[in-house]
Amino acid sequence: MSEAKQEFLERSKEFWNPHKTQFWQDVGVDLVIDRREEYFLYDLDGRRLIDVHLNGGTYNLGHRNPELIEVLNAGAKHFDMGNHHFPALARTALAEALAACTPPELKYTMYGAGGAEAIDIALKSARNATGKRKIVSIIKAYHGHTGLAVKTGDERFSERFLSEDISGEFIQVPHNNLEQMEDALRGRDAAAVIMETIPATYGFPMPEEGYLPGVKALCEKYDALYIADEVQTGLMRCGTMWAITRYAVEPDMIVTGKGITGGLYPISCCVASERAGKWLKEDGFAHMSTAGGAELGCVVAMKVLEILQRPAVASNVGYIADYLRAGLDDIRDLYPDFFTGIRQNGLVMGLEFNDPEGAKPVMRHLYEQGVWAIFSTLDPRVLQFKPGVLASQALCEELLGYVEVAIGLAQAEVFGSSRQRRAG
Amino acid sequence: MQLDFQKIIDISDTPAARRAQVNAVLDRARWASQAFQRYDREMTLTIAEAVANAAYAKAAEYGEWAVRETGFGVAEHKTIKNQMTSRTLFEHYRAQDFVNPRIDGSRKIVEIPRPAGVIFALTPSTNPIATVYFKVIAALLTRNAIVLSPHPAARECCTDAANMLAQAAEGAGAPSGAIQVVSDPSIPLIEEFMRSEKTNVVLATGGNAMVRSAYSSSNPAIGVGPGNAPAFVDGTADLRKAARYLVESKSFDNSVLCTNESVLITVQENDGALRKELRQAGAHVCSEQETNALRNYLFHNRGFNVEAVGRDARWIAVQAGFKTAPKVSVLVTPITRVGFAEPLSKEKLCPVLGYYVASSVTQAITQARALLRMAGAGHTAVIHSGDAATAMDYAAAVETYRVVVNAPASQGASGFATHLPPTFTIGTGYFGRSAIGDNIGPAHLIQWTRLAYNKDDSEAMGDYSGLGPRFSGPIPTAPADGVPGSARRGANATPIPRTAARPMSAEEQSLRENIRRIIVEELRSALRK
Repeated sequence: MSEAKQEFLERSKEFWNPHKTQFWQDVGVDLVIDRREEYFLYDLDGRRLIDVHLNGGTYNLGHRNPELIEVLNAGAKHFDMGNHHFPALARTALAEALAACTPPELKYTMYGAGGAEAIDIALKSARNATGKRKIVSIIKAYHGHTGLAVKTGDERFSERFLSEDISGEFIQVPHNNLEQMEDALRGRDAAAVIMETIPATYGFPMPEEGYLPGVKALCEKYDALYIADEVQTGLMRCGTMWAITRYAVEPDMIVTGKGITGGLYPISCCVASERAGKWLKEDGFAHMSTAGGAELGCVVAMKVLEILQRPAVASNVGYIADYLRAGLDDIRDLYPDFFTGIRQNGLVMGLEFNDPEGAKPVMRHLYEQGVWAIFSTLDPRVLQFKPGVLASQALCEELLGYVEVAIGLAQAEVFGSSRQRRAG
Repeated sequence: MQLDFQKIIDISDTPAARRAQVNAVLDRARWASQAFQRYDREMTLTIAEAVANAAYAKAAEYGEWAVRETGFGVAEHKTIKNQMTSRTLFEHYRAQDFVNPRIDGSRKIVEIPRPAGVIFALTPSTNPIATVYFKVIAALLTRNAIVLSPHPAARECCTDAANMLAQAAEGAGAPSGAIQVVSDPSIPLIEEFMRSEKTNVVLATGGNAMVRSAYSSSNPAIGVGPGNAPAFVDGTADLRKAARYLVESKSFDNSVLCTNESVLITVQENDGALRKELRQAGAHVCSEQETNALRNYLFHNRGFNVEAVGRDARWIAVQAGFKTAPKVSVLVTPITRVGFAEPLSKEKLCPVLGYYVASSVTQAITQARALLRMAGAGHTAVIHSGDAATAMDYAAAVETYRVVVNAPASQGASGFATHLPPTFTIGTGYFGRSAIGDNIGPAHLIQWTRLAYNKDDSEAMGDYSGLGPRFSGPIPTAPADGVPGSARRGANATPIPRTAARPMSAEEQSLRENIRRIIVEELRSALRK
């Protein structure tokens, strides 16, 4: 590590986040991201990393995508965030564009600045629309860190701040279990079920066939709204604009964030049906957000949607998914005892390893090879493996080469040390 | 108001937008080409044949569409060209193996064919569909991906044809995106395609400026130059046949092919009889006044009058101010000099044929060289002669890479009336400032990796029989977990078994000959009409 980086890390500990800064040093990832372009990150010391973390899909179209920079610059010659009280050209245009590419029942767009804010808006809207308070989510769910969103998720993120639900309004049920879902809804007192179509922070456990449509049917049966959190699974990452439509579910609300503005000018969106957006006709001032739907963000988001709807993108996503899967299957054949499973829908992939913390050594060896992929916080057996929708064949081939080497090294480390433990 | 908003954020005319558009197409093509390289020869031929058949079935429809859209040429003749560049082309190459390794035991060398990858192909307005067909089938035979960029004047028919071929290819199992078309070509966009590092080779057919630009793109390019074929009829020629071939060829598709004869050169002793035979064959031999009128009509200060490109002889005569007999298909203009001072000795993409009488064979050859100095270097020359020695003198002197003998040049140079490789892209080689002087074909779209053993006898060559790349076929579809009906796999897909190269049977050989004959006959009868 260079002296300059060392010094910087000290400052980071002093002024920014001491624990987090130290955590990464302890797990062997001494990354300080400097330059960035396409799907590459460059460390402060100059090392190049292929990014398959993408901040949960934020950099779906690559870092500093040139078209997005161009449109942001063009927009900045005319717009700023705008005034959230007034009708605005860019906000309305994006809302219209979102209505055109979401299921037909979805109509209004409500804006936030970040994903969690849009989740809070969705939950509040559901409560307004149904006149009920209860929110059902999945055990180990993750929908962000704001007031309501954090209560839907794992207590790892709420207890420390004394912000966990104590009122009994936030119910969590196991993933892929329709019976317990029905038990939670049976009282007809739930405003909504909120689900990531594929739970990311939980390591992408895949919905079983029929599970999501089953949840939707239960929502209809017991008069609860279905909120699809598509922050990580939407925007073509599963081969369709929204993953939920691949599972043949038409939700009452879709929440998107992260990748919707390509990592350049953050906004988040909750697209809602007429019913779910009821308050917009009753009292439009009931929820406000100064930075929500900032017009420059809307300008970027419109370009993101346009790019994603180009026919070549769908074809590219298919190729990346098939090619990487074929390559990963080959790698699994080499390390069958350690690399035990692949969870996949399109470019949303989770690689399972046969050790409770198995994804961490893989992450570290990948980092040494020149790849940045992150373990799943709530299930560290699983490595999140999330290439971007514009990844080229050459990049994917290079990536597979590193993955094979890193998994081999991680297996030797994990099994070697466990053998030693047994021997000792 | 809404329109203004769209204008503020419109970045379509920026380098970033063009680069993104180009990358999207070329990245997809790269994926397709890499997937294609997993295909074995049998699958490759199945796809190429399906596309050739689909192309053939629509030959007439696109022939008419091309004439309607560009205003150039004759629909029936374009139909014939489209047939030739679909089934005929495929049949010609069916037996050639561009997929499996070649083993040369005596030289201890094994050669593995390696596709170029992504071909960026420019197609002209004069032979729009035939060139699209030709380039697509050549690309498929060699397992390349191709991106077509049609000339703007023929954009609609070419885009439609390319999409139709892409559909046929994918229907037969080709990788998605193996055939793509740039439906909104503009000069900055085309330049971006040509210089992109994601393009492996530029295959350029069209005007000189565009071809030169392809060569300067920094990418490997196979380009062609303009033609301006001299046709020498010597004293030993069969004048009746020569005249017939000349008129057939010069009137074919109203002479928009670059292989059409430009100036007929003959010797004094043939003059009267040849004029008579030409008239007999359907040509109108112009008077001096008519020649002057044509010269004035066809050439102005800025060059050739594009209005006349691909128009028929009678229409052109009327424009120039004279009338011809109703069956006239070629206008013959006697000229007394060849060179820049005589515009009628330049390339004329219409059925107007210069006619020059030389005082000797030597002078005829000198004039043929002079003609090619103005334009058409490296392209095509023609001779009608019964004397091999004259043909040799002529061929060794003219600066072209093909000399068509006793055949119509339009079909002769392109290999449909000779045994040259059939093509719609004529390499003009070093004479014509191009890398390749051959008739361009699939062979130019692959290169070979060679395993070369030590010459020394003590190093024995390994046994390569039955060895080759792993042809594992299309990439299996990845599962989308939990999505009903999505593919599920426990283990790797079973690779598709490799089949060895299959020699063509006698039956196929004769079928191929028959198809060739049928098409030549169709061509003949169409020409007689």
